[in-house]
Amino acid sequence: MPERPLSPFLSVYKFKYTLVTSILNRFAGVVLSSGLILLVYWLVALASGARAYVQARAVLALPIFKLVYVVLLAAFVYHLVAGVRHLVWDCGMGLERETARRSAWIVAAVSIVVTLILAYCLMGPGAYSR
Amino acid sequence: MSLRSPLGRVLGRGSAKDGVQHWWLQRLTSIALVPLSIGFVASLLGLPALDYATLIGWLHQSGTALGLILFVLVAARHSQLGVRVVIEDYVHGEGAKVVALVLLDFAHLLAAAAAVFAILKISFGGRL
Repeated sequence: MPERPLSPFLSVYKFKYTLVTSILNRFAGVVLSSGLILLVYWLVALASGARAYVQARAVLALPIFKLVYVVLLAAFVYHLVAGVRHLVWDCGMGLERETARRSAWIVAAVSIVVTLILAYCLMGPGAYSR
Repeated sequence: MSLRSPLGRVLGRGSAKDGVQHWWLQRLTSIALVPLSIGFVASLLGLPALDYATLIGWLHQSGTALGLILFVLVAARHSQLGVRVVIEDYVHGEGAKVVALVLLDFAHLLAAAAAVFAILKISFGGRL
């Protein structure tokens, strides 16, 4: 097999923050993929009856899962917003350097705001009085 | 007429005419996931509590069950397509790569089947 340049060949790129938005999107996607396991576990426990679900809830209520949910939520919101940016690009729009840089900031800002709001609604005081 | 050797085609180097399929499916599933995922989160937010009785009642609604089945199926496919590329990019060594890709596909199929089975079981099961 001839030696060909590899893609992604990270070391040849000059660092730019738009690069972070790209790798973060991929990272968030992988995080969400593992979150799928949690969703399936939750659904299967629910389908296994009341007692099984109570046990599963005890597991899912462990303190460590607070962190898991925050990470999953942030990954979900970011992947969604950044994904929409990708879909816009796929339509051939917003590819100019200036626009792409601006949309990177918009994606970051929207993600942070929406994540905070959703985290408050889902996990803040008064959410799901168990 | 193709200029590619049969061996080159079998080894999967370069275009074997299904690269676009992956790209297109990734987009198609991502478009579908915009309303499906937002709907899932919104529906969850609308619940007063996450106890057993509430959730069983929730899944007994046809709209919830259908939406959740679509969400899980499309999300699993989207996830499989996405992680596939990550494995192809970062797992070096042909053996490890193939094993990882096979496990990836099996895991996603299992996840999707288990989730759909669970939803249907609840949805068609008795009310509380």
